[in-house]
Amino acid sequence: MGNFWSGYALPTVITVGEVLAVIVPLLVAIAYFTLAERKVIALSQLRKGPNVVGPFGLLQPIADGLKLFIKETVIPSGANRIVFVAAPIVTFTLSLVAWAVIPFGVGVVIANINVGILYLFAISSLSVYGIIMAGWASNSRYAFLGALRSAAQMVSYEVSIGFVLVTVLLCAGSLNLTDIVLAQRHIWFCIPLLPMFVIFFVSGLAETNRVPFDLPEGESELVAGYFVEYSAMTFALFFLGEYGNMIMVSAMTTILFLGGWLPPIGVAPFTWIPGPVWLALKVAFVCFCFLWVRTTFPRFRYDQLMRLGWKVFLPFSLGWLVLTAGVLTAMGWVPVH
Amino acid sequence: MNLLARNARGMLLIELLSGMALTLRYMFRPAVTVNYPYEKGPLSARFRGEHVLRRYPNGEERCIACKLCEAICPALAITIEAEPRDDGSRRTTRYDIDMTKCIYCGYCQEACPVDAIVEGPNFEFAAETREELFYDKEKLLANGDRWEAEIAASLAQEAPYR
Repeated sequence: MGNFWSGYALPTVITVGEVLAVIVPLLVAIAYFTLAERKVIALSQLRKGPNVVGPFGLLQPIADGLKLFIKETVIPSGANRIVFVAAPIVTFTLSLVAWAVIPFGVGVVIANINVGILYLFAISSLSVYGIIMAGWASNSRYAFLGALRSAAQMVSYEVSIGFVLVTVLLCAGSLNLTDIVLAQRHIWFCIPLLPMFVIFFVSGLAETNRVPFDLPEGESELVAGYFVEYSAMTFALFFLGEYGNMIMVSAMTTILFLGGWLPPIGVAPFTWIPGPVWLALKVAFVCFCFLWVRTTFPRFRYDQLMRLGWKVFLPFSLGWLVLTAGVLTAMGWVPVH
Repeated sequence: MNLLARNARGMLLIELLSGMALTLRYMFRPAVTVNYPYEKGPLSARFRGEHVLRRYPNGEERCIACKLCEAICPALAITIEAEPRDDGSRRTTRYDIDMTKCIYCGYCQEACPVDAIVEGPNFEFAAETREELFYDKEKLLANGDRWEAEIAASLAQEAPYR
């Protein structure tokens, strides 16, 4: 009996508590990220965003959520019901599950697995399933085309993300995310690996179907691309999943290149601010860059997008990977664990 | 050299970054949003809004049932019936403007020889049923009594140009 409590029940309760401590603020952050997007884009266009619903529009996400909640969920007549409903569930679940390995401080992580990077990479590859399921099950021409394009785009940019990850791994010497952050104690990887940082950020934009790579979603052309047939709660799950993915990619960028929870300079007064706060600030900054890019650039045509992924990013990241490996070996800086 | 310069600009993302710098600069400029309904945009004296039937200063209605406005209305929104009044003057018994047909062109106010029918500065007269937008003579005259001060000022400002 005693073993049951301390062996199974207590760890379960603790894990559930940790999960809630990560998921609940994350969901609030996703909701307010939608508001932040509208406000930032509006400000860059010399207008104010939503400012009527609450003070400074702070209740707008709640109003949006409530609206989506009480709308009718329409399932198209020819649609495969099970897959149709499963697709947004898969997408949203995957975007939340990836947070299990994100470290918020030394040892402050739900699952400190030694292959953290591989886990994140696998999750982003699985996200493609959600999109294909959505496009296929919608039984709609435009949804299907949008889904195929989106899936092809995500897969293409995952290749260059893979090479960038390997470059960071060479410099850090471990797949464990905590070790990668700690390897940046002396200098953040965005400085020696600046081109990789840029490629990772741009590939992250393409992974999450964000402008300028949002042709599959094409708000003014395909309405919503692969999730055009979705309404109400199912749409809300896709929407949340997309913004969750954005925050996830920002978190990955922060951990891999911007030093995770480390302060810029390891002296007081920077060290008075706790690690998770630094992580939140950096993730917020990268998210702001997502929005900044959105409001600045026009959309890539699909063939230009694919060309960029395969003919520009892939050779360049491969070349830089070989260069990094060469420099590390020649200077004897290869990290040993 | 030109090729090198172009490639350098492409590699260093110079144009992209200068575009982003522009967007960032604009984020710090004051917004031009008008906080409607607490703030409203400026209107000119020529603004064509809700129709109004005016009166003379002594209270007599201006309209003499000449039907020029009915004739010129491109949307056929005005309907007039006329009869001599008890004191023998020429007046309308029926003057309806269908605000859902009206195109707010202002031809009626241009045609009127006595400045009876005028388009006032009011644009906030939305209704919840179509019937409320079929204005009759009483409604138009009542409008007139409400908006006369502002309309008189606008007409005085516009008089040199008409």
